[in-house]
Amino acid sequence: MKSLEELRAIREKMQGQVGLRDEDDNVTRVVVGMATCGIAAGARPVLNAFVEGVAEKGIGDKVMVTQTGCIGMCKYEPIVEIMEPGKDKVTYIKMTAEKAKEVIDRHLIRGQIVSDYTIS
Amino acid sequence: MYRSHVLVCGGTGCTSSGSAQIVEKLESEIAKNGLSDEVQVVKTGCFGLCALGPIMIIYPEGTFYSMVKVDDIPEIVSEHLLKGRIVSRLVYDETVTDKGIKSLNDTAFYKKQHRVALRNCGVINPENIEEYIGTGGYEALGKVLTEMTPEEVIQTILDSGLRGRGGGGFPTGMKWKLARNIVPDADQKYVCCNADEGDPGAFMDRSVLEGDPHVVLEAMAIAGYAIGASQGYIYVRAEYPIAVKRLEIAINQAREYGLLGKDIFGTGFDFDIGLRLGAGAFVCGEETALMTSIEGNRGEPRPRPPFPAEKGLFGKPTILNNVETYANIPQIIVNGADWFASMGTEKSKGTKVFALGGKIKNTGLVEIPMGTKLRTIIEEIGGGIPNGKKFKAAQTGGPSGGCIPAEHYDIEIDYDNLIAIGSMMGSGGLIVMDEDNCMVDIAKFFLAFTVDESCGKCTPCRIGTKRLYELLDKVTKGQGTLEDLDKIEDLCYYIKNNSLCGLGQTAPNPVLSTLRYFKDEYIAHVVDKTCPAGVCKDLLKYVIDKDKCKGCTLCAKQCPAGAIEGSVKNPHTIDQSKCIKCGACMEKCKFGAISKK
Repeated sequence: MKSLEELRAIREKMQGQVGLRDEDDNVTRVVVGMATCGIAAGARPVLNAFVEGVAEKGIGDKVMVTQTGCIGMCKYEPIVEIMEPGKDKVTYIKMTAEKAKEVIDRHLIRGQIVSDYTIS
Repeated sequence: MYRSHVLVCGGTGCTSSGSAQIVEKLESEIAKNGLSDEVQVVKTGCFGLCALGPIMIIYPEGTFYSMVKVDDIPEIVSEHLLKGRIVSRLVYDETVTDKGIKSLNDTAFYKKQHRVALRNCGVINPENIEEYIGTGGYEALGKVLTEMTPEEVIQTILDSGLRGRGGGGFPTGMKWKLARNIVPDADQKYVCCNADEGDPGAFMDRSVLEGDPHVVLEAMAIAGYAIGASQGYIYVRAEYPIAVKRLEIAINQAREYGLLGKDIFGTGFDFDIGLRLGAGAFVCGEETALMTSIEGNRGEPRPRPPFPAEKGLFGKPTILNNVETYANIPQIIVNGADWFASMGTEKSKGTKVFALGGKIKNTGLVEIPMGTKLRTIIEEIGGGIPNGKKFKAAQTGGPSGGCIPAEHYDIEIDYDNLIAIGSMMGSGGLIVMDEDNCMVDIAKFFLAFTVDESCGKCTPCRIGTKRLYELLDKVTKGQGTLEDLDKIEDLCYYIKNNSLCGLGQTAPNPVLSTLRYFKDEYIAHVVDKTCPAGVCKDLLKYVIDKDKCKGCTLCAKQCPAGAIEGSVKNPHTIDQSKCIKCGACMEKCKFGAISKK
């Protein structure tokens, strides 16, 4: 390495990684149901789509993607809950990796709830 | 991209309780569940809560698992990592509340801490330079080399008020300034790091080296730029194998990335670091002895002046700073002197790491702002003294320091306050003692250490500490007289005033401070021939209360010396001439009939 730019490039690349280890109460939590029912219905690709999408869009400092157990509505799995600080929880149902990308773009970035996918 | 990080402590404490096997099992279980691409296992440095090891934290949830066993791993992987269900029976109980699991940072142990020197310990993988860079590493070095003059660097360190964390508390910036200016035409200068942590009970330098080795390398390079040196040496004890291994890895990685070596950041600045292993002599923590040892000679001190800043390693101007001191430097450069000076007290800025040990619940490493009360450290962060015992004293500064008695429980810890009450900061070992500790015995313990470790070069230390030990031994055996106590005190001052180096000059401190605050205990040993805490074997005897004894014979069976006599269902007695005072009978008695007096 011969320049500060190269150092900063490594730093930026790694920040998405080590940034996961910060604990901050002011982040939006994206919670994917990953119980047996969720996994069977395809929650893993959804979870990974969120993890990758959030990193790709560079919003990792504001959004934390995590998982939870069975929410109790197994027939609607994969379920994703989005909790923004100070706002009501939004529950998306029957999610797929494609829908996840849309939710990242519209909900997480632009702040519009994608009501087509929410629980009615 | 990993969605979850599993951090497992790879510090010395957790390694000895089996964290390496846990990592192995984790990796195989994660692979078995097909999660290898989603979950990353990271071996970090010490988290500080060594009493609860092996420790594991899972992010992004921040779930803190303590005392994890290899057999627990399949459950953690299949429940937590696969299904997102926290395995609550393994979670550190302090983080469990009615409302669920709270953050580790909100527990009593971490809440009052402020981590500067330890900021990356337990957070990053110390064997991966990119993780260090990811948390802002080597940015300070970049800033110094491209934006600051050496004088500005020294001024920043001076303004920050940083003082040496190895114990003496000399202003770091002043040391650097002297080394830069005192010999203007020096052809070579050296930057050394004292990683020969030898105080019994102190392990903060070890934790920094094991958990965040790059911070030391970065700071040494900054120091090299500031004083005009191109070569550094880390003197680390060979008894720290994990630290040595991680330092080797770190130095190689830094060279590979061009952060050590020639023409760093293309600025024309050269700096490299060599590792030197100490063979375990305590005296080699003393600066002149340390440098003599690096030169390849027998580790013995020499008189000062000349000070190392003028004539140090190989006769060249040298600075020697402690590991923890260096660990503060990069952040002072990045955040500024004012930021650092805003923490702490008037004359002691910043934070200090303490190694909590002895009679305390949360044995481990804590970093607190200077000026924190001793009571806060022990009762809130340390979790108090186990078994409802009473606080008697805390020993700081190891064999060079002294004790802080209960009357100073509310003292605000900084360099000057500790000196004022006859102790010292030392490297930061903090050993807590309760009412079951005999202060004469403690003084004798520390003195036995210095007798062993005296290098023998000067007479006051070599012979003085030995004679002092013999006098203390006499007292603990009940053979001492009041005149002996006066002799002890005189001898202490003689050793202090006449020894060649810091080892001898501070060796009597544990004796002087216990004499100062616990003279009544010394007098009890000498006049009443008793040990109030019930520690000194020659002064106590075990007796059986014949009213409470049911004659169960358990004690007699237990006694290794055959000193207990008596028949079934009749009260037993102890033959004092045979008793070896091991206490085995007292532990076994179900009726509380045996006591020591």
